[in-house]
Amino acid sequence: MSANKKVTLKTFRFNAETDYLPYYKHYEMEVGKDELVLDLLNRIKWEHDGSFSYRRSCRHGICGACAIKVNGKATLACKVNALELVELFGDELVIEPSSKKRAIKDMIIDKSDFWDKHAAVKPYVVSDVDPHPEAESKQSIEEFNNFLDSDLCIQCGACHYSCPALEVNPDFLGPAALNAAYRFTIDPRDEAGDERLKITAEQGTGVWDCVKCYECAEACPKEIDPIGKIGKLHNLQFVRGIAESNVATRHAEGFLRGMKKTGFLDEADIVTYSEGYLGMYKHIGTAMKMLKTGKIHWHSGIPFINSIPKIKNLDEVQKLIEISQTNKL
Amino acid sequence: MSEQLHYALFTGCTAKQSTPELLSSTLAVAEKLGIKITILEEASCCGASHLQDFDEFLAHVLNARNICYAEKLGLTMITICNTCQLNSAMTKHALDKDPELKSRVNEKLAEVGLEYKGTSEIKHFLYTLIDEYGLDNVKNKVTVPLSHLNIAPFYGCHNIRPSELHENANGGENPYNPNSLDRLIDALEGNPVNYESKNKCCGFHVELQANHTSEVLSGNALIDALDNNADMMVTPCPLCHLKMDTYQDSIGKVMGRDIELPVLHMPQMVALALGCTEKEIGLNFHVQKAKQLYTA
Repeated sequence: MSANKKVTLKTFRFNAETDYLPYYKHYEMEVGKDELVLDLLNRIKWEHDGSFSYRRSCRHGICGACAIKVNGKATLACKVNALELVELFGDELVIEPSSKKRAIKDMIIDKSDFWDKHAAVKPYVVSDVDPHPEAESKQSIEEFNNFLDSDLCIQCGACHYSCPALEVNPDFLGPAALNAAYRFTIDPRDEAGDERLKITAEQGTGVWDCVKCYECAEACPKEIDPIGKIGKLHNLQFVRGIAESNVATRHAEGFLRGMKKTGFLDEADIVTYSEGYLGMYKHIGTAMKMLKTGKIHWHSGIPFINSIPKIKNLDEVQKLIEISQTNKL
Repeated sequence: MSEQLHYALFTGCTAKQSTPELLSSTLAVAEKLGIKITILEEASCCGASHLQDFDEFLAHVLNARNICYAEKLGLTMITICNTCQLNSAMTKHALDKDPELKSRVNEKLAEVGLEYKGTSEIKHFLYTLIDEYGLDNVKNKVTVPLSHLNIAPFYGCHNIRPSELHENANGGENPYNPNSLDRLIDALEGNPVNYESKNKCCGFHVELQANHTSEVLSGNALIDALDNNADMMVTPCPLCHLKMDTYQDSIGKVMGRDIELPVLHMPQMVALALGCTEKEIGLNFHVQKAKQLYTA
């Protein structure tokens, strides 16, 4: 039995210089078991249409040039076996650029937003280095391992263009830039950590705008787990005393208020505490609707009234918070 | 099934507060299917990723304590919230692979007479229904087929991503092409709606600090479901439910479109098909009118 499969490539085509709108062309081909997605892109160009355009360079998963999307899945074309995608999505593969709205020609996109975000976090070691040092600047293996995986980023943009927060809010720094911010902040030779933490703590652009969808972790071809680094940046803000009291930091720290009292998050209190009484007006409409249907009660969130049941052995949670809490707001 | 299934239920905070219908429908479904449930009344909040942002170690200690109580019963811990599933599983994963962290956590737990061992599995109720109870067995219990309903499955991020963390608990569901909810809808004889947003984010976690992002993400999903002729949406995650049900009016304003779509919890949908009582299903607790589904 032949291992080849007949596959249709529904391919995004667009030339910003001549086309008013993008369109899709269908290319049919027999795909062999060892062919990578990059091989299919080459075959479109070589066997069907020489004008088909895409970026490619190293063919070894290092340069990050050939990142595209297949059926919405971030794909580094030179690393992914084509028939594995057929197994996942069926015999029609939808070949699209990483970001359709940033397309210039076919798979080629304008990545300037990606590079601007990168530059904004100072993605380099900031250090007042002696131009004639007498000894090398040594690091322990442990110090090195702290940033090793974040250093493996090849700037392909797979996570950046998979991030739904960035799709809605173009000011958000996004997972790739935040990963870079972490990588240099945790480097013991670097002296700009606090500055970087302040940049990444900004509301509207920094870590607090991450929606926690884990799309970036899934998209990364180098298994860097950018959202894990975003989590570390969150923690570092508190560890290094950078965090200022605002709706986002109170939302994180405020979980403990309810947990100390009942073991549960106090859903009403977390809103009033995070927003402040002045910020509450935004939620009054929804609160009234929730009140009407019995989702919340007239006494929800009012101090001194116990509207939430307590967990059993609450004293254990109180004690564990007392002896294990390491960060403060 | 030769032996009765028995699970330790981690309710999470919402089922005890703003979504009482999630707890009642879960217990009703378990009763109908003959699944025994022991509620972990000792369990605290999972931190919902926000406590983790503030103090990761403390979050591990508190989640490990929750898991200890399932271990004491010798049972699999089941969750009915994607975010509870994620954060409990993250702690389990971190402790099981890092003996040094495990011993630091256990040092704290020893102060309250507990020890985390790593002996209990953690699984969302959705996946126990599919992998352990079996969809054919669910199908056999259906008394009110949902064949009159187009149902849009909304998977919720924290059951399907990161896939590596979940693969043992969610039957290896692929986050780019999940199908468990679709298969469950099929078993209940409903019509699963195929739409692009089914595996996308609802934005709940930035509801307070990045409200616009949150409203647009939910709006995209609701409109996508509506445009594909959904009569209702179903989700295994009460946080997706809260975002998309209680904020539907304001989401509509942001999107510039009237949106009316009931958003059911996964156990409510099963309860409808198994003929549970209206009180157990609790559609009256929804902000978006959903009671028509009892008789539709």
